Amino acid sequence: MANIISDETIEYVGILAKLELSDEEKEAAKKDMGDMLDYIDQLNELDTSQVEPMSHVFPVNNVFREDVVTNGDGSEDALANAPLSRDGGFEVPKTIV
Amino acid sequence: MSREYETVIGLEVHVELATKTKIFCGCSTAFGGAPNTHTCPVCTGMPGSLPVLNKQVVEYAMAVGLATNCTINQNCKFDRKNYFYPDNPQNYQISQLYEPICRNGGIEIETADGTKKTIGIHEIHMEEDAGKLVHDDWDDVSIVDFNRSGVPLIEIVSEPDMRSADEVIAYLEKLRLIIQYLGASDCKLNEGSMRADVNLSVREAGASEFGTRTEMKNLNSFRAIARAIEGEKNRQIDLIESGEKVVQETRRWDDAKESSHAMRSKEDAQDYRYFPEPDLVPIHISDEWLAEVKNRQPELRTEKLARYESEYEIPRYDAEIITSSKRLADIFEQTVAICGKPKKVSNWLMVETMRLLKEREMEPENIVFSPEHLAALVELADAGTINSTVAKEVFEHMFADDTDPKQYVEEHGLKTVNDEGALRTTVEQVIRDNPQSVDDYHNGKEKAIGFLVGQTMKAMKGKANPGMVNQILKELL
Repeated sequence: MANIISDETIEYVGILAKLELSDEEKEAAKKDMGDMLDYIDQLNELDTSQVEPMSHVFPVNNVFREDVVTNGDGSEDALANAPLSRDGGFEVPKTIV
Repeated sequence: MSREYETVIGLEVHVELATKTKIFCGCSTAFGGAPNTHTCPVCTGMPGSLPVLNKQVVEYAMAVGLATNCTINQNCKFDRKNYFYPDNPQNYQISQLYEPICRNGGIEIETADGTKKTIGIHEIHMEEDAGKLVHDDWDDVSIVDFNRSGVPLIEIVSEPDMRSADEVIAYLEKLRLIIQYLGASDCKLNEGSMRADVNLSVREAGASEFGTRTEMKNLNSFRAIARAIEGEKNRQIDLIESGEKVVQETRRWDDAKESSHAMRSKEDAQDYRYFPEPDLVPIHISDEWLAEVKNRQPELRTEKLARYESEYEIPRYDAEIITSSKRLADIFEQTVAICGKPKKVSNWLMVETMRLLKEREMEPENIVFSPEHLAALVELADAGTINSTVAKEVFEHMFADDTDPKQYVEEHGLKTVNDEGALRTTVEQVIRDNPQSVDDYHNGKEKAIGFLVGQTMKAMKGKANPGMVNQILKELL
């Protein structure tokens, strides 16, 4: 494995993803991420100077909707699986910036 | 303060577009529905749901870009911005980072002292709005409403070209007017359909490097923006003067306290891990499509000003006041189309309308009277059916609840009395009742006639034709 993921990096990625990992899980994740980066390095060996960058796998563009209301009141479905709800809204721990 | 400082300001302006539906689903964007009634699996981030782009959003973004002299990026696409927050159901926001729809524009502003300056626009991108959090007063919980989730936004990012609160306000007013004229948004700061974040840094006058900047959020009025700029400038100068460092951070302005506090702690990394949005295909704007949108651009203020002078022959001053709001300009044109008489229509808008708006702290967007009714009032006054005092009274009712002036005049018997016999009888009575004033008049006190006219009007409950009253009085005296 050419790419070594440091403890700091895995800690940081964990914070970003809001994941708490055990020490074993951290080691496994470090190995997986290192492998992924190795694979990217392998891809980088290809000469892509003549290839147009693409952002989507299919050669399709301009898929649009017209600006017409098609949906009605979706509140019942939206809240159906909410662990907690109140006054028609999702209830979450108080979150203030 | 021993040293001279310069303030450097750039703005990020978010504008909610005036589409009927959200950016990626067919839910209504109407403001104020009961919580979560305008939601579906797409805008609540349900697994497996797929976004489909609203074409009107692209056209509005193009229109704003063209009107602000931007280059339209004919091959643009969306990216995914990842962060966790309860108002963001997908745990990412679909936005544009790498290929935004507009770039490299700018608008000319004019500050109160008449200085002109161009403020550069770095880019304009399309994105979706987040939901809304309502904090419970009693319990330690927040309630999430996703009605706003997925409402289309454009974010207009300026260059750091502004140097004072005056320039910032001038830029925002100009931008707001352009967007309102395009019909792309109503741009109400107090309702959040236009929101400005202020990026500000200070540096010693003459320095070539920028200082460390902060970003200020939660600015809901032009007044709050001006105060926040002043407050943040002073806070940064104080830090520098006392040998401390300005920390790059996002701060929240509290207008009631006139101070700000840091919103995110340093441990909360701001790393959005953007990547191309895989659920949406790229956008290609053909030359034909671009030309079509260009041709459909409505008349903007500068063209309107010129046309008002030439076509309606109203003074420049009038034209400037009326075109200062898209709503006023619309009412003006629609009213003139019905009754003609542009100068008379303009007078009602400039004088009485502006007076009542100011008195009631309203914006032109909140005007309720219809052009049909204003036209009817102009006709009534112009034909002499009602005199100017009565007209003003009728206008106040019309301004309050779009009262039909014809009906109001009928119902309240406000038609001007033009009947010479009736006027003469009243005038004769007034002369008999006020011998002192008659003497004064004969002794050269010209002003006494004014009092007698007033008495006659009063006797006729304000409905007399003042011209005729004057004439009869002079004749009988």
